[in-house]
Amino acid sequence: MSQLQNINIRLYKRRIKLNFLVLSASLLTTLFGLFWLVWLLVTLFSHGFQYLDLSVFTQPTPPPGEAGGLANAIVGSVIITVMGVLIGAPIGVMAGTFLSEYAMRSRIAPLIRFVNDVLLSAPSIIIGVFIYEVVVVPMGNFSGWAGSLALALIALPIIVRTTEDMLKMVPNTVREAACALGAPRWKMTVAIVYRAAKAGILTGILLAIARISGETAPLLFTALNNQFWSSSLNEPVANLPVVIFQFAMSPYEDWQNLAWAGAFLITLSVLVLNILVRTFLRNR
Amino acid sequence: MAMDNSGMEKEKTLLEKGFSSIKHTGDVSTPAGDLSSLEIKMRVRDLDFYYGKFHALHSITMDIPEKRVTAMIGPSGCGKSTLIRCFNRIYELYPRQYATGEILLDGRNILSPKEDLNLLRAQVGMVFQKPTPFPMSVYDNIAFGVRLYENLSRSEMDERVEWALQKAALWKEVKDKLRQIGTALSGGQQQRLCIARAIAVKPEIVLLDEPCSALDPISTAKVEELIDELVSDYTIIIVTHNMQQAARVSDFTAFMYLGKLIEYDSTDKMFTNPVKKETEDYITGRFG
Repeated sequence: MSQLQNINIRLYKRRIKLNFLVLSASLLTTLFGLFWLVWLLVTLFSHGFQYLDLSVFTQPTPPPGEAGGLANAIVGSVIITVMGVLIGAPIGVMAGTFLSEYAMRSRIAPLIRFVNDVLLSAPSIIIGVFIYEVVVVPMGNFSGWAGSLALALIALPIIVRTTEDMLKMVPNTVREAACALGAPRWKMTVAIVYRAAKAGILTGILLAIARISGETAPLLFTALNNQFWSSSLNEPVANLPVVIFQFAMSPYEDWQNLAWAGAFLITLSVLVLNILVRTFLRNR
Repeated sequence: MAMDNSGMEKEKTLLEKGFSSIKHTGDVSTPAGDLSSLEIKMRVRDLDFYYGKFHALHSITMDIPEKRVTAMIGPSGCGKSTLIRCFNRIYELYPRQYATGEILLDGRNILSPKEDLNLLRAQVGMVFQKPTPFPMSVYDNIAFGVRLYENLSRSEMDERVEWALQKAALWKEVKDKLRQIGTALSGGQQQRLCIARAIAVKPEIVLLDEPCSALDPISTAKVEELIDELVSDYTIIIVTHNMQQAARVSDFTAFMYLGKLIEYDSTDKMFTNPVKKETEDYITGRFG
């Protein structure tokens, strides 16, 4: 006990108390946040799950009062999202690579980074209006391509940012080691640095997919909607978010039920995607 | 106070051990102690180095003998790592770092802007303080550098990989794990993998930047044995914090302090009869 002579018990007790207070506060705020999330999930599940049957996946959107499903909207959403990622991901990864690996001596890099951050927080409706102006108006009609472009523009800054961050996390010692063997810069980047940051970059792309798969506002101005199966991305394409928007606002009960089913479906797939991302990161 | 003294004593005995194992390489006609009678691989002339505005190296001039081990010693921040980072111009990866003066490798000034950095680095290999295995298999870790400059058949590549791993005294431990990822090896194995990777491309000079500072004593001993063996084929330059290590493995030792080369001579002479007072103070543990 003699060793404890210099310990100020009051100071120590105060710290214990403070620790308890901060811990409780952070726990409460976490619960507060989780509460809404759980409420949302429970509501979606209780309303949406019961209408989720096979016909939702096999039949196209019906006129009011008739039986139908969401098949055309699901397929349309998948196509538009995949095209959006196919456009956005390569550009995003390359831009992120430039910022992280090549822009050390560049003066425009901070500007690009700034513009990218602005784009990252731009309201998605503005991106929709922008694509409407530069693609839909000149083309003369709404189209799946316009929708994919809008989604690509939303995915792009996310991918640029995560790619840069993930590449920056690769220690410089690894770059030095590759260069010290006589590897040219591009070879070092592609063969070594990408490999080291692979999981992180893929995570960024998956997060971007999760983000754009629920976007509604930009699609309202671009892909619009289609009651039928669309055969080409040159015409309006049915998609889940806009169908949900339209059906949920309608006075017809069977449309509203389909909207619940669609909302549940989107939330579920985003949730699954996020879980995938987590497992990816854990297996790094 | 009592603790301080025992620490000093420990240091002293370690130092004596270091002295006792000073090695004498080379045949009798070219004693290690005489730089002028040796082939010179690299001549450094009036080398200055800057990190932005910070003047890190001051007018370094020294000759590095071929197929000998040259050690750089000195307290932290004295510029020894900075100096060997000039020898393969690895500092070029970063903006605002630059060197002035001359470094003549076989008579060719490698600081010239015309120098091809990739080819230079294939000729001057480097191993770093922290083991840096690439996130790929043990085999590919070694094949990566070889594939950059040589077009080998599968069997030739297999041979080269085995040869490099043998040289690095790692073959026995990893011959059944060639397809396993290199980052899964132990720290000491990782560092020997990095050495194998560096020598697999058959450079003429191998730069070792504190290669043992992250290793346990057994791995350190293995790396030191390895240096002894490699020196018959390669010119080796090693930076070390450990004076006993310098005494054990090197033929020549350079003592640096505050960005200047204070003294450079045969290891024998440096550790038994240094000319400069700073060298003596550092080697006997009075500062640093």
